[in-house]
Amino acid sequence: MDKQELKALKKKNKIKESRTDYVYYAICGIILFLLAVVIIYPLYYIVIASVSDPDAVLTGGVWLYPVKVTFSGYANLFTRNDVWRGYFNTLVYTVTGTAFNIVLTIPAGWALSRDYLPFRKLIMTLLIITMFFGGGLVPYVVLCQALGLYQNPLILIIGGGVSVYNVFMCKSFFQTNVPKEVLEAGQIDGAGEIRTFFDLVLPVAKSIISVMVLFYAVGHWNNYIDAFIFDINRNFYPLQAVLKELLEATSGEGDVVLEQMRMATQIKFTSIIVATVPILVVYPMIEKHFGQGVLVGSFK
Amino acid sequence: MKSLNGASAEAVENDLLIEQAYEAMSEGSTGDGEVVNKKAPDKWEKWKNNFKRRGWILLFIIPALLYVLLFCYVPMYGILVAFQDYGVGDPILGAGTVWVGFDNFTAFFSNPNFGDYFVNTFLLCFLGFIVGFPLPVIVALLLNSLRSKKVKKGLQILYYAPHFISLVVMVGMLKLFFGADGLFAGGSDFFIKPEAFRPLFIFSGNWQDFGWSAIIYLAALSGVDPALHEAAKVDGASRFRRIFSVDLPAIAPTVIMLMILSIGNLMSCGYEKVLLMQTPGNLPTSEILSSYVYNFGLKGDAGYGVGTAAGLFNSVINVALLVIANFTSKKLANQSMW
Repeated sequence: MDKQELKALKKKNKIKESRTDYVYYAICGIILFLLAVVIIYPLYYIVIASVSDPDAVLTGGVWLYPVKVTFSGYANLFTRNDVWRGYFNTLVYTVTGTAFNIVLTIPAGWALSRDYLPFRKLIMTLLIITMFFGGGLVPYVVLCQALGLYQNPLILIIGGGVSVYNVFMCKSFFQTNVPKEVLEAGQIDGAGEIRTFFDLVLPVAKSIISVMVLFYAVGHWNNYIDAFIFDINRNFYPLQAVLKELLEATSGEGDVVLEQMRMATQIKFTSIIVATVPILVVYPMIEKHFGQGVLVGSFK
Repeated sequence: MKSLNGASAEAVENDLLIEQAYEAMSEGSTGDGEVVNKKAPDKWEKWKNNFKRRGWILLFIIPALLYVLLFCYVPMYGILVAFQDYGVGDPILGAGTVWVGFDNFTAFFSNPNFGDYFVNTFLLCFLGFIVGFPLPVIVALLLNSLRSKKVKKGLQILYYAPHFISLVVMVGMLKLFFGADGLFAGGSDFFIKPEAFRPLFIFSGNWQDFGWSAIIYLAALSGVDPALHEAAKVDGASRFRRIFSVDLPAIAPTVIMLMILSIGNLMSCGYEKVLLMQTPGNLPTSEILSSYVYNFGLKGDAGYGVGTAAGLFNSVINVALLVIANFTSKKLANQSMW
């Protein structure tokens, strides 16, 4: 009798509980689904507009699926020398610049993660200060002028060479992810600091290196402002600077022939896709490394 | 058997010897009772020993340190430009340096538009904070409560993705959607309206980054002990109730830490996106302090001196805000960054 009552009570409670939870999960699901739509739809629209007839796009006829599919936008885009050159320049800046970033950042993170590093506190303080205070834009440009980096494409490679934030991320990765036993074994074998780093640390640093490569490479790939700050010659424009001018080209002025206006509109959609696809292809491959170990500790 | 025992006894003896040697080393060689002075030279000895033995590790930090000294600290020295009548190519300290005291600051503050720049900067960052701070927290809590790990993972990948889209592309998309002939513009052009600038800026910023900002909360949430949830369940707490009784307390320290940082950034919206979104039409709301530095200090006719002064004014406010926020949270929540 007692047991039965208890059972019935439990059952009742369970139903009640799962009902409120059911409502919660439904609302939660709807909100998250709507957010997903909000993110996907603009991207989807750019894609379908890029392959649709520009007249249909301009009159608002395209919104759910492509209308009168045409690839003339892409064909036009790739006849443009500045786009090809921008692509090439950006590739050069991204590859060399990221290599420069990695060579500076990963070893620095390793050194800071060791508490026997001489002057550790002083170095940490020097780095932290730069996260909150700096000379500002104009003195930075003045410095680069003095270094001969003004109007010099080299600045697009070595500018922003060390992100202190990233260094700290590496530091906390190494603090938690390098097994002590391995380091001790290395010491017994008589491995010095340099051999320890290359033989013992680098092999287990794959995930932090890939995340750093992604962060820095995206930074280089997306950088447009430095080309304008440092007044870089147009022949050395990175892709984003070319893109900026393409996207800002006015399409509605009276003296512009209608055909040109149609082309300008279409090229805006296609150029956005061409400039963004490489990143969105690479990103999911590295996303799996975003695990807690890499991103969390950075706030300690 | 015997030999094994003997070997182990030998090993024990060796260990003892090593221990004694270590003790002798750490006690220092002075055996004559100089107890008071013993500690300091000992520490120095230790440091020197460590330096000799493992000092090579400095090689790994030196390149990055030199880079930071050159590109972050030398510009701090360049702040002196704010107190000079500086022309492009002048040496910062030289025979011909013309010192003007605070003239550059006075010139900047007496600019008739100074008040607008100041208010624009504050409103843009503050409204961005009001909208942009809670959103990632909510998203992280909702995502974390999903039962299917696969759905959660898929949504995360999707939500992070816009973070990697460049600002040029982002603003380009905004113009295609909300500019003249845009899909959502309804025949008008939002980019020439001053009142549309802030909503567009904040809305698009959140669109790009709410997922990315949620990462840190999600990571904190994944550290929550499942036993806490089980216990709350036994007490009859629904999933919604458990968000407040289990999840939120778990991420509270992270939330506070990020709030301190955000409050410290209340006057430092970046100018890169602002510059891309500026049109002659929306300038009354879209010119902020940092974009002024670029437009007038660097590229315009205000000059490097006034530009540096304006930039310095802005970063001093930022540091002050950060210190205040940190102090307040130390008092109220007993949590601080340093």
